Amino acid sequence: MELYRSHVLVCGGTGCTSSGCLKIVEKLGEELKKHELEKEVQVVKTGCFGLCEAGPIVIVYPEGAFYSRVKPEDVERIAEEHLLKGRIVTDLLFKDSVEADKIKSIEQVTFYKKQQRIALRNCGIINPESIEEYVAFDGYSALAKVLTEMKPEAVIDVLKRSGLRGRGGGGFPTGMKWEFTAKAQGDQKYVACNADEGDPGAFMDRSVLEGDPHAIVEAMAIAGYAIGADMGYVYIRAEYPIAVSRLQIAINDAKKHGLLGKNIFGTDFNFDLEIRLGAGAFVCGEETALINSIEGKRGMPRPRPPFPAHKGIWNKPTVLNNVETYANIPQIILKGAEWYSSIGTERSKGTKVFALGGKINNTGLVEIPMGTKLRDVIYEIGGGIPKGKAFKAVQTGGPSGGCIPADYLDTEIDYDNLISLGSMMGSGGMIVMDEDNCMVDIARFFLDFTVDESCGKCTPCREGTKRMLEILEEITNGRGTLEDIDKLEKLAKTIKSASLCGLGQTAPNPVLSTLKYFRHEYEAHVIHKKCPAGACQALLEYIVIADICKKCGICATKCPVGCIDGVKGKEVYFINQDRCIKCGACMGACPFKAIKKG
Amino acid sequence: MKSIQELEKMRQETLEKVNLRRDRKGTRIVVGMATCGISAGARPVLMALLEEVKKRGLEDVTVTQTGCIGVCRLEPMIEVYKEGEEKTTYVEVTAEKVKKILLDHIVNGKVVYEYTIGAYEK
Amino acid sequence: MAKNILTDENFDKLQLAIDENRNVKGALMPILHEAQKIFGCVPLEVQKRISDELKVPMSEIYGVVTFYSQFTLESRGDYIIGVCLGTACYVKGSQAIIDKVSELTGTKVGKTSEDGKFTLEATRCIGACGLAPVLTVNEDVYGRLAVGDIPGIVSKY
Repeated sequence: MELYRSHVLVCGGTGCTSSGCLKIVEKLGEELKKHELEKEVQVVKTGCFGLCEAGPIVIVYPEGAFYSRVKPEDVERIAEEHLLKGRIVTDLLFKDSVEADKIKSIEQVTFYKKQQRIALRNCGIINPESIEEYVAFDGYSALAKVLTEMKPEAVIDVLKRSGLRGRGGGGFPTGMKWEFTAKAQGDQKYVACNADEGDPGAFMDRSVLEGDPHAIVEAMAIAGYAIGADMGYVYIRAEYPIAVSRLQIAINDAKKHGLLGKNIFGTDFNFDLEIRLGAGAFVCGEETALINSIEGKRGMPRPRPPFPAHKGIWNKPTVLNNVETYANIPQIILKGAEWYSSIGTERSKGTKVFALGGKINNTGLVEIPMGTKLRDVIYEIGGGIPKGKAFKAVQTGGPSGGCIPADYLDTEIDYDNLISLGSMMGSGGMIVMDEDNCMVDIARFFLDFTVDESCGKCTPCREGTKRMLEILEEITNGRGTLEDIDKLEKLAKTIKSASLCGLGQTAPNPVLSTLKYFRHEYEAHVIHKKCPAGACQALLEYIVIADICKKCGICATKCPVGCIDGVKGKEVYFINQDRCIKCGACMGACPFKAIKKG
Repeated sequence: MKSIQELEKMRQETLEKVNLRRDRKGTRIVVGMATCGISAGARPVLMALLEEVKKRGLEDVTVTQTGCIGVCRLEPMIEVYKEGEEKTTYVEVTAEKVKKILLDHIVNGKVVYEYTIGAYEK
Repeated sequence: MAKNILTDENFDKLQLAIDENRNVKGALMPILHEAQKIFGCVPLEVQKRISDELKVPMSEIYGVVTFYSQFTLESRGDYIIGVCLGTACYVKGSQAIIDKVSELTGTKVGKTSEDGKFTLEATRCIGACGLAPVLTVNEDVYGRLAVGDIPGIVSKY
């Protein structure tokens, strides 16, 4: 095995692949060859580093130098200056990693400093397609420990004491779930992994699968041992091709090395894994719908009880956990329940991965201890709101969650606090919104999503969400009334209590939370027919500010419908509202910023 | 995988390879590899270091390169950063000297004074 | 355009996929995925073959095909333009992007243009939120878009 003096890690996650990392890898190979460094420097394609905003990302160890937004033409300099001559190319480094001429390594960059990586510990460090590298970072040691030193009950006991709760949304204690399944009667049991990450704007599960797929294989085998199952299924979105292929490689390699299959570690424990692809249905993230889909049926939820712990896949006892939940488990086994439960808050232990997005400087994936304040995530790790705009709300929990306003930024993040604010942890999407986002429009956006994704099985969800969407559309188009707001609220509460599955029960959350914190925006839409954020097109008006107008007439020449009147050099221009199509072309064209929207 | 020993073997074998990316503790040996260093023969020194480290199985030692250390006439130079110890700079290093430095200083903790920049200046 | 997709060659490929998965529990989904790949869609003729082979009623297969958005009954354009309407892209203005694409290609969202060249889709989050707003044309991803970039992108195809 060759020993290299330097490792160049190139992020190969979906974000960086989209921004062209494959060209970087190719170019690096050429440059290393040119400088005859192939034997000294190793190039590794890893999983996501988390800071997708700065992609493509290249990190050079042992210095830990953090290059961001690398272009193929930059590679030559990195190779010649840094890899050959050992001089870090300062101007290509991530902006936050250079401070007063001192170069910080990746661990010291603010974005990473406040994070604590458990589920993501290997992401961006190992080559996800190499089982050897996973093993070198203590991979499969937890499985070995469990199989040779622990009884199944002991494994469950560790999990229970660790306080780990499901990371897929609901937050059910994982140890209890395993215990129920272990105790359930059945000749055959199954382990399943929910990798059908469907929340718009959430991609933590994908990153774990792309960056550290063996962790999931190992954890599922541990689950199999604990509950007495010899077969597992990973249900993964077909929209994640990179994740699917890396997981398949991991499964194949594990089989080749006897870490899946018969008599693992010489014990009588057998375990096998299969991948099942989803086909683009959000509701399949709901556990019973997912089970139906694995069985080859329409992905519609089943009534619970019976819970999957008793009647899951093919009516056999099944333990079903989310990707991130599994990713925590090998670490808990190795480091112990006490270690894990020492992190986090009273009732939410450990860390949580969030996909930070929207109007925020450092878009990306962050893993923070439970109990971190929303403010720290948004302003310190996330680097605040771009362009000096004002923060308006942060949306957590995707279409099942809600919008949290600025007043609650000092809330410590945990399951219970988020629920009491009318939102939820969900799978971990965290979308930041600024003053330009209309909260009514955001609620409409999420309802549009749920209407699309409602499976149609139960009436409250199928009909109710559709009616809610219609009301929201009326309001954003300026045709809403005050009664509509009341109707909306009543409908929301009914859907919440009467729906069959989690999708319907949480679908009204975006509406209820915005009604609670931003009712004035709804009222502005229906009473004054105005959208305070200037986002709802139908309610917009473009107006020429007479004092500033220099009568140049540029706006009139740009207007595609010719609705702007005036006389060049003599008369202030005027926009005819009845003909205006609100395209905003005039506002963009005015050199004097004399046109405003409102 | 039929036994934990097999797993441990695989872990050990690969660990050397990926060690660079773990938490940087232990000893760091830096070789000056600017144009001056390379022309004075820094590359064989670097290779010798890598080989010796591997041969002795020194897990917590990383070998890396840097630019010009500044005293070009004394190249090739290497700097040793050991935990809890001042930086030691060795000058006019050769592949032969590397062996002694590694054995005396890195393994046994005794600085090889006659090779250091301090000895040279006197 | 009416490309003939129901060729013997394609049906042979389908047969292979069916045989490979026949004994797998819950074989329908994997087979439908293969069928979608082979034919570019899962029309009734294909469903009929799967139904005969797996001894699963047509009604059930039709139900599954129409439930999932990845399976389509009609074939799609040569270039599938997907504009991300995930939350992160939406708050960064992807609605304007999709409107522009629709205008330039003459294709409504969810439809294929008359010449069979473009299919326009509003996709859910593709996970490239760091690049928001994002659109994809088949495998190519374009990020950090402004409306002004769209004509240049569309004209490449």
